[in-house]
Amino acid sequence: MKKFKGRIVTPGTVSAEAVVSTEGFNTLASFQMALQFGDKQVKCGDQNNTDLYGKPLVNKALCLPQTIGSTTGGLVLYCACAMKKNPACMLFANHIDSLAAAGAVLADVWVEDMTMPVIDCLGDEFINYVKDGMKITIEEDGTVVVED
Amino acid sequence: MKLTAEQQAILNGEKGETMAKVMKTLVMYGDAFEAEKLVPITSKYNHLVTSFGLKVMSPVYDLMQQILDADVASGQKFSVDPRPLDDNVPASFLQNFVFKNFMYTKQDFYEKQLHKLGLIDENAFTCACYMDEVGNKPKKDDILSWAESSAVVYANSVLGARCNRNSGILDIMGSIVGYVPYFGLLTDEGRKATWVVKIETTKKPEAQLLGSAIGMKVMEDVPYVIGLDKWLGNELNDAACTYLKDFGAATASNGAVGLYHIENLTPEAVELGKKLIVDGAKEYIIDDAELERVKANYPVMWKNPDAKPKLCFMGCPHMSLEQLKTWTDRVEDALKENGNKKVLIPTVFTAAPKVLEAFNKTEYAARLKATGVITSYICPLMYMNNPLCKTMPVITSSNKLRTYTSARYYTDDEILNAITKGGK
Repeated sequence: MKKFKGRIVTPGTVSAEAVVSTEGFNTLASFQMALQFGDKQVKCGDQNNTDLYGKPLVNKALCLPQTIGSTTGGLVLYCACAMKKNPACMLFANHIDSLAAAGAVLADVWVEDMTMPVIDCLGDEFINYVKDGMKITIEEDGTVVVED
Repeated sequence: MKLTAEQQAILNGEKGETMAKVMKTLVMYGDAFEAEKLVPITSKYNHLVTSFGLKVMSPVYDLMQQILDADVASGQKFSVDPRPLDDNVPASFLQNFVFKNFMYTKQDFYEKQLHKLGLIDENAFTCACYMDEVGNKPKKDDILSWAESSAVVYANSVLGARCNRNSGILDIMGSIVGYVPYFGLLTDEGRKATWVVKIETTKKPEAQLLGSAIGMKVMEDVPYVIGLDKWLGNELNDAACTYLKDFGAATASNGAVGLYHIENLTPEAVELGKKLIVDGAKEYIIDDAELERVKANYPVMWKNPDAKPKLCFMGCPHMSLEQLKTWTDRVEDALKENGNKKVLIPTVFTAAPKVLEAFNKTEYAARLKATGVITSYICPLMYMNNPLCKTMPVITSSNKLRTYTSARYYTDDEILNAITKGGK
């Protein structure tokens, strides 16, 4: 077990299984097909993401350095949240990027009963340590607990 | 974040609940980047990224309706990304059925919303809004609330305007209150380069391939590119601007670049030169072998990698007038050389409605039509965003289209060969 301390972007507590992208996470490419065609598991559709392509994202602890790609990214994330097809939480090794921040904030302000904790600045050690399937718990103060 | 009395009043709800939520969104967004203040938007027009009436995006239209119902529409008029449908573009019966009855069933509804929200006019649909013919071209140092990634990187880099890589919806929210958070690419510090990219190729690098290589390397950082002026010259003429449009779109979609500087060419690089580079900037050298390596690593998503292409898309982002004219000459010459009269693969060139209008007034339009190439205002990306197209072998020289769909990337020369000779 290892604990990591980051910065709270949107608050909340949650426990979920990790899915890890060691490269930039392209929100549009990852979510578009799944949202459009009703994939309940919301499998990642980004052919360029060798870590996540084809893996389910819904209700997972999405661990990533940052998001990349189209600036529809934030609204795609907002739609995923409004449709309750979002990851359980998003954990950024780096400082959050503008698109992910927009999506997280839009969901927080405009979606009722929304809880998707977002923590950033967790550091390279976090993204190097965490692996698919590990159990992630986010505590109230934003501490991220990673268990094998 | 320090707010002015007026901004604080809006946040406190003095202009209504919806306006307060819009302000709260912008303040929280700014807080995520330690923005100290909100600054006024100074551009004449806004540009929105969301142009498509996809049934699945209902939450977006619900949110827009809340804004309309509260009568807090955009203070600026705006252009918007391209439409997702055009009957000119070849599509099977099944594709048309899926597009019109399943996917884009909200298109008419959403376009009505856009008109009420402040759309410039019914032809203001393009990702390349900064073209002279379209007229949404910000001035140097203008503060923008744009979101379309290829337009943001162009406005920042080629025009010297100031805009963060905002997300869709955030773009119109900035317009509604008239302010955006001051951070990142709005600041002098945020516009400094943390990468030096040296171009050491033996020929002019393919714009979309070079942009892809740089985007994948620097991600969201700002690159200062040395050696590209050797190939582009020192003047931001039509040819250079067209090159930088395609180059920038690839940096933004294959990575997350919002601003680049080209030594001796783009406005801030001309003004400040190497002073734009931070101490300890990382270095990336690009030669012919590196571009070959990048291209060879693109995954091929076709079911049958040897399939004969069924469609070719050019113009993601939308083509310039100069590009349409140049490609008319190139297609004509190549067809003649190969002993053909019309293109051998259905080929679509996409451009802004107002650019197409200008093109259609030139003698090039009839010549291009005679080659069999179709022109359209469609968004190729939206056309291909469905499972039916996933199995369709589409070729393109757009690295943005390659990134988001199953379209296969080829260089401009390879595309020309494929459509005029039949090779790949």
